[in-house]
Amino acid sequence: MMRGYPRSDGRKGIRNTIVVGYLVECAHHVAREIANPFREHDVHVIGFPGCYPNSYAETMMARLCIHPNVGAVLLVSLGCESFNKYKLTQIVRESGRPVQTIVIQTSGGTRKSVTEGRAFVNANLATLDSMGTVPMAVSELIVGTVCGGSDGTSGISGNPAAGRAFDMLVEEGAACIFEETGELIGCEHIMAERAITAALGAELEASVAKAARYYATLGYGSFAAGNAEGGLTTIEEKSMGAYAKSGGAPISGLIKPGDVPPRGGLYLLDVVPDGEVRFGFPNINDNAEIAELIACGSHAVLFVTGRGSVVGSAISPVVKICANPETYRRMADDMDVDAGRIMEGEATLDEVGREIRDIVVGLGEGRRTRSEELGHREFILTYKSFEPIGPACLPAA
Amino acid sequence: MNSTQTCGDTDRRLLLLDAADNVLIATSRIRGGETVLVEDARVTIPAALPIGHKLSRRPIAAGEKIIKYGAPIGSATADIAAGAHVHVHNVRSDYTPTYHLEDIRAEYGSGA
Repeated sequence: MMRGYPRSDGRKGIRNTIVVGYLVECAHHVAREIANPFREHDVHVIGFPGCYPNSYAETMMARLCIHPNVGAVLLVSLGCESFNKYKLTQIVRESGRPVQTIVIQTSGGTRKSVTEGRAFVNANLATLDSMGTVPMAVSELIVGTVCGGSDGTSGISGNPAAGRAFDMLVEEGAACIFEETGELIGCEHIMAERAITAALGAELEASVAKAARYYATLGYGSFAAGNAEGGLTTIEEKSMGAYAKSGGAPISGLIKPGDVPPRGGLYLLDVVPDGEVRFGFPNINDNAEIAELIACGSHAVLFVTGRGSVVGSAISPVVKICANPETYRRMADDMDVDAGRIMEGEATLDEVGREIRDIVVGLGEGRRTRSEELGHREFILTYKSFEPIGPACLPAA
Repeated sequence: MNSTQTCGDTDRRLLLLDAADNVLIATSRIRGGETVLVEDARVTIPAALPIGHKLSRRPIAAGEKIIKYGAPIGSATADIAAGAHVHVHNVRSDYTPTYHLEDIRAEYGSGA
């Protein structure tokens, strides 16, 4: 039986993490120093490096600070950056979480800020440790999926197995989110047929068309050199494999970073910015996408890799599913699931899908992922710009 | 795996994902110099075919679509013989170019 930490907005968390959030790169070191002595606890550093305002980044930080897996928040400001720390502090306070904002220029520099910050963490660790949990149902889970370091095996074993896990979780009432419209180029028509309304189908197609235009302007697709080395030849081939992560459920909605699915079902997360191409690649690396899935409320993220990624994330556990049996043998310590057994004919997609589903539920029963045990807490957030989703994007709402 | 039957005998390490496909997928590494069966035809693999890579199921003409999962994944840039490695050297995307380091590696060596 899963147990969760109850939050004031009705959601439940499977972790009770203290977030230390820097509000500009200039405060990053102080945030890291504050968290350093607490490696054995869930004290995670997140932040936004930019000095100039960006409403996407402010939304992301707010959504992450009031994520159900977060129990308390310490914000670290240099003092002169543009980030609206007053608003963010207020949002966290209104959520009922302990929050403190340290302003380095006011506190008197690095040493004093670090001391002040560690005192906040120490004071809250004890409170959070003694906080009671309540029963949590699978239908209360939000699960994201991403693939990274993909190769020719990803789309045959790992991604379809993650898709089977999604089918099982959606069937049990959970909300599941797949993403990266830039890696669905070529799949837009078959995907649109799965939308619960024709108008949503048109929105799904439009989101992929936007991604295709965006990447065409940049000159390259969402495709890394290692993808080609691993046997993937074109973006549309990578897309067909990535699309398999979505499983077979009907698509209930299209959301953007920070939008939380209103109920169970399968959702597509559109991560490609709206408007003119302004801030470069929309998914500069896998962790940028993982952070966006978490900002949409994901309690856990399924990460399918063929070449062999090692990353985890701040805030939500990352379940690593290795599609390639050769990679698994080399990097087993980093992997939660050996989907390469499917390539070798030793397990079926349904068996591995069930295993993935059970691991996700186990995270709510106190088990931890390999990346959590290894201390992986990667986080990245950069500039983007989005328009709010249109009325056709969440038809059942 | 959602494998399907090939027409005629094919090495069991080569996977056909959809009946409409003109490529097969290596489910484990095939060594260079090995002779394998591709739909009853004997083909000698010139260089190692790593896991997850594609091999043509039949001759593919320049300009023809490459079909995998029953869907087009790009176009042939040269005539491809049956049993040949199908990859960035003979296929291009119909959307955006593929960035890869293979030519660069050939120039600089395998490095770290």
